[in-house]
Amino acid sequence: MIYVNDLHKSFGSHEVLKGITEHIVPGEKIVIIGPSGCGKSTFLRCMNLLETPTSGKITFDGMEITDPKANVDKIRQHLGMVFQHFNLFPHKTILENITLAPVKLKIMKKEEAREEALRLLDLVGLRDKADAYPGQLSGGQKQRIAIVRSLAMKPKMMLFDEPTSALDPEMVGEVLSVMKNLANDGMTMAVVTHEMGFAREIADRVFFMYEGVIAEQGTPEQIFGNPQNPRLKDFLSKVL
Amino acid sequence: MDFVTDNRWKFIVTGLGNTMKVALLALFFGMIIGAIVAVIRVSHDQMKRDGRKSLGSIILDILDFICRIYLTVIRGTPALTQLLIFFFIILTFVDSKIVVAIVAFSINSGAYNAEIFRSGIMAVDGGQMEAGRSLGLSYTQTMLSIIMPQAIKNCLPSLINEMITLFKETSICGFIGLNDLNRGGDIIRGTTFDALLPLLTVAAIYLVIVMFFTFIMGIVERKLRESDIR
Repeated sequence: MIYVNDLHKSFGSHEVLKGITEHIVPGEKIVIIGPSGCGKSTFLRCMNLLETPTSGKITFDGMEITDPKANVDKIRQHLGMVFQHFNLFPHKTILENITLAPVKLKIMKKEEAREEALRLLDLVGLRDKADAYPGQLSGGQKQRIAIVRSLAMKPKMMLFDEPTSALDPEMVGEVLSVMKNLANDGMTMAVVTHEMGFAREIADRVFFMYEGVIAEQGTPEQIFGNPQNPRLKDFLSKVL
Repeated sequence: MDFVTDNRWKFIVTGLGNTMKVALLALFFGMIIGAIVAVIRVSHDQMKRDGRKSLGSIILDILDFICRIYLTVIRGTPALTQLLIFFFIILTFVDSKIVVAIVAFSINSGAYNAEIFRSGIMAVDGGQMEAGRSLGLSYTQTMLSIIMPQAIKNCLPSLINEMITLFKETSICGFIGLNDLNRGGDIIRGTTFDALLPLLTVAAIYLVIVMFFTFIMGIVERKLRESDIR
């Protein structure tokens, strides 16, 4: 699904990613963990070019997205992204938030997009909020809407950048359960998170990032049950 | 009596017509110029942060430079001087005084609008652009349907202020011999040697129009705030 080859990213003289080579296969669920500042969000954001890699090659679904001539907008249509701070459009209703991109990009007709949006809202239990504005929703509701907004584009893969970090504790569960359903439906996912329980439950592979590289990776059993890297042991002792 | 004899009130009416023409058209074109300049300057700043050199970024560098000169010159010189320069130096081939006035005021107002729009755009959370782009919308599509509507809402109060200033500023049109509202009153003053009534009438008309304008914009602003309900 996505090949990452020797990815480097620097901000000025500060090198955040120091060479990442990885392959994520269709249907795979990747959870990326690591201390703050280790580059996990930057790695995720490079995958849909919200950050432009300094060097290296990324191929998504057979297209090289790091090619300067690549049609980035087209590629992003197939690569959903969910943000820490939701980033819903405050001046649009929930329904408009969801249907805006599919309609503007002429992927669906207005009516069709509406039907699809309502179907997806049903799945996350928020159909009654269709005509509300984002300002009227709780954090957990906003994030569920943000997930639905991405799903409305029928992406082949979903990226989650700390989707529960800005939520009150009692709202984390509702968002994670939507993500779990998505995982069970076979969506390819890359998730940056601090929710270790979630990682253990749904991840096929866990990446532990440290200082710009993937310092250790493996199944949740290996990572949480039998960590090798001293940095990982140290990290786990702090978060578990 | 001042107004009735020789149909002198007609000076006021045609003057008001000319003032409205200049003000409304300059408002319209000034908004367009302002929006274009603001978008160029904002995109230039964003491109610079990306740090990638390409043909697009070089063109943007040049456009941004031109915009900055435009803003500096227009905001650094009096509107009256600009109007006279347009009339006597630049647009000498244009016969119609009203066209000269519209051009001069559009260009003048555009510079102020540009900075108002720019601050409005910059006040929109950066995550909005990322969200739009991550859904596959182009930069332009995101700008038009997501950033701009929020930016306009942000800068509406300053924008209304600028509109009112522009409307009143058109009263200097008399300097190039255009019969606007202010000059209409002044002509009557000149023929009757009575300053009080004509000038107060003119002032009252300006005031009523500005008040009406403010009232309408208040409604628009409330309408735009609908999405803010919690």
